Amino acid sequence: MEVDPVFTIDGSERITIIPLLDQLPSYQSLLYRRKSSTIGNKRRGSSRGRFGSLSSIKSTASTINRHDDKEQGLSEGRPIRELAMSMKDKRTEREKRSVKAQDLGNWGQWRQNTRRCLKRWKEDSEDRLNSMKLWRRDIHQIEARFGTGILSYFSFLRFLVVLNLIIFLLMFCFIMLPIIIIPYTSGNATYTHQDSGSVCSVYPSSTRRGLVIFHEHITDLLSGGGFLEQTYLFYGFYKVDKIHYPSCTYNLALAYLLATISYLLVSLIWIVKRSATGFKQNLVKDEDSFQCFCNKIFAGWDFCITNEKAAELKRSSLLYELRTDLEEERMKQEKAKRTRKDKCQIYAIRFILNLFVIAVLAACFYSIYLATTFSQEQQRNHVKVNFIVDLIYEYLPSIVITMANFITPLLFSVIINYEDYSPAFEIRFTLIRCVFMRLTSIGVLLFSLWSQITNCGEEECFCGYNTALYSCWETRVGQEMYKLTIFDFIIIAAVTILVEFPRKLIVTYWKSGFSKWWGEQEFGIPQNVLEIVYGQTICWIGTFYCPLLPAICTIKYFFVFYIKKLSLIKNCRPSTRPFRASSSNFFFLGVLLIGLALACVPVTVSVAQINCSQACGPFVNYNTSWEALPKAALELSDGPRTFLHALSSEAFAVSFFVVSCLAMFYVIALAGAHKKVINQLKQQLDMEGQDKRYLIVMLCQAQGLSRAQPPASRSKPRSGGSPSYHTSFNCDFPQGLLLVHPTPNSSTHV
Amino acid sequence: MGATASQLDKGMLSEYQELTYLTKQEILLAHKRFSELVPKEEIDRINCRIPMNLVLTLPELKSNPFNERICKVFSTSDSHDGSLNFDDFLDLLSAFSDSATLEIKSHYAFRIFDFDDDGTLGRHDLEKLVNCLTGGTDDTNLTPEEMRQLIDNILEESDIDKDGTVNLSEFQHVISRSPDFVSSFKIVL
Repeated sequence: MEVDPVFTIDGSERITIIPLLDQLPSYQSLLYRRKSSTIGNKRRGSSRGRFGSLSSIKSTASTINRHDDKEQGLSEGRPIRELAMSMKDKRTEREKRSVKAQDLGNWGQWRQNTRRCLKRWKEDSEDRLNSMKLWRRDIHQIEARFGTGILSYFSFLRFLVVLNLIIFLLMFCFIMLPIIIIPYTSGNATYTHQDSGSVCSVYPSSTRRGLVIFHEHITDLLSGGGFLEQTYLFYGFYKVDKIHYPSCTYNLALAYLLATISYLLVSLIWIVKRSATGFKQNLVKDEDSFQCFCNKIFAGWDFCITNEKAAELKRSSLLYELRTDLEEERMKQEKAKRTRKDKCQIYAIRFILNLFVIAVLAACFYSIYLATTFSQEQQRNHVKVNFIVDLIYEYLPSIVITMANFITPLLFSVIINYEDYSPAFEIRFTLIRCVFMRLTSIGVLLFSLWSQITNCGEEECFCGYNTALYSCWETRVGQEMYKLTIFDFIIIAAVTILVEFPRKLIVTYWKSGFSKWWGEQEFGIPQNVLEIVYGQTICWIGTFYCPLLPAICTIKYFFVFYIKKLSLIKNCRPSTRPFRASSSNFFFLGVLLIGLALACVPVTVSVAQINCSQACGPFVNYNTSWEALPKAALELSDGPRTFLHALSSEAFAVSFFVVSCLAMFYVIALAGAHKKVINQLKQQLDMEGQDKRYLIVMLCQAQGLSRAQPPASRSKPRSGGSPSYHTSFNCDFPQGLLLVHPTPNSSTHV
Repeated sequence: MGATASQLDKGMLSEYQELTYLTKQEILLAHKRFSELVPKEEIDRINCRIPMNLVLTLPELKSNPFNERICKVFSTSDSHDGSLNFDDFLDLLSAFSDSATLEIKSHYAFRIFDFDDDGTLGRHDLEKLVNCLTGGTDDTNLTPEEMRQLIDNILEESDIDKDGTVNLSEFQHVISRSPDFVSSFKIVL
């Protein structure tokens, strides 16, 4: 019979009815609430009456013993390093285990040894892979000086470099490599550019003839025209339709289309995979303010900071954050007391300011549209004034976009002060507005380009697009994307060198009111992230028209890393407003996904809707670029063809949609059920805590009565051995506590 | 048996690899940094202990507001003076390494934050913790009113059995839902 540590069992093994159980707070509240489902079967079946408590107490005792065994079994199954002990204890545990392992016999030992060797080998190879990661030492330096918030920006940049490299390899292997190796293999290529005499297939060469002045080369390099136009850089150069090998045919047009779709899919899958944990945290956390204080206090300090100045900065930013949060909480309570008149006033102000914001955005978009049409006109008419003005005309859309993206954030941050939101919401709302501005400006640029391409004046376009202006419109779009990328890079470098560096010099060496007002440059993470997401969106849109663009972006981000690192170390101080690593991951990848979604729209529209150029590119034999896929599918054999037809039919689409809706509803229902269970368990824990305290009080009273002499009073309720971590004894019990059994040794299990 | 001889032998290295979360490179680097801190006359003594003030000269620990608590928690010396031998040092680095489990990290974090070593985080512990985080001087401390509001909020979020203190299970539960903990509770040499 098990020795019950708390209750005495008399000889006949029947426990006298303990009125104690009926007095426990949880039982009382049970009776009151009449809930017998979860708690009832464990402790007491209320319907069975008081005699039921005998079996339940025995079962509790047996569960205690089983619990101990389970605990021991748990710690045995785990690798030693997962146990939170000192090295000496871990060694003794290991010796204990090896003694036990010798009982296993040869086969068991051999299995264990091989398992250990495999694990060691896996860890070594992972370690070697990690050491080859790009910029590991630089990022470690940044982390040590500035903390994990800024580190997340740089690791995001590293992610983009690798992503662009993968996209470039994809395009290179499937599109450029087959063309490059044609002379070296036995393949026979069929070209698309047949001079059929129709007006659609005329493609005047743009290479300059005669004496070329040097600065015209520079113009060509910067604008993608001239000698760059008929190179691998742009869509127009890929004139190969199919490559015939002895055994098979390589359909380059189809490969071009499929490579485009696959690079979009690869980006999507990789971003979603990378953000999986971050999304879980941020979407499940529906109680937004719940746990934000615990997170800030318990996980608030970056233990990787090694710089004294950075530590001071971290402290002040933590103080600022805590004060802001506490103030926000107080403001929330005040807001609840607002009168109706105040509310109407505030809503009216917000409405007017939002209208103002929309007006500003509309003005910016219209100016981008005007700049694009003007720039296209100037290029068409080949108006040459002089070198600098020509370049300005070429770059006019980029200049206008950059200026708009510079002015609007300042405007937004001024406006938000009058709208009276909570501080956290202010930041987020300003960011949303800036994101919208940045990404929509690209959309406006493309829209204005397309309105020019598909608009032939009064009548319908003869070739499907405006041949008079654009003999090869894809190349033109590619050139615009190329110009945007180059200009973006020039601006980043120029701002760092020409604006931030003098600012730092002025603020350090010329002490005046002006320099104090201007202050040192802050490394604002959101604005920097928006910059690189903007560049990446352009890359995604432009890769279809300019297959070498990912390579250019890889090199661009490679240099941007070093420029930003230099700027951070020399010119900037980290912002006083802290940026948490976890929420920043969510923000970065969320904005990147918005950029990807935006990039898919122009690519889809141009592939499926707009007629492809008849004068250049691999899709001359088709009406639209998308047609390459159905035509290739028709040439397949019967089995795969019917399968593909089934996949693209409406029946499949509808049933797929229905199934995914059902799956989503199921998962949502499951989440709701889990939440309910969690709440019930929390209430149960609360009750158990009260029970425990009550029992301790009773125990103390019982011991106080039964002892002859006063109990040995100790200043602490526990001896100096391992404190029991799982029971929180309130330390105001004056008498020393003596349990029949000592507290359990292993205080580490969860 | 720690080794402070100038080389670590292969057997010890594989033993440490098994018992900690550190890789071979990290253990060798730790050995190098540890040997630099050992005073010259004791360099050949096996299992020598470095006093706490020497350990705190490491740049990774110098500017950390919890440096003394860290030393005291990981120290296995009988006099509880915070001195570390090489085994303790490796234990410290293992708990703070990238690949340590959340359970280990939260266990040690709890012990570090438990300033009075009573097994729970009471109001007093939480107050000290907040003061360590914000600076400790008079003008960087929160006002008593703000402190009370803050600790009330923390206890409301984490104290499940409503006894006014946070015990290990409650702490681990809160930490498991805290997204920043794993990335911030990290020391890499």
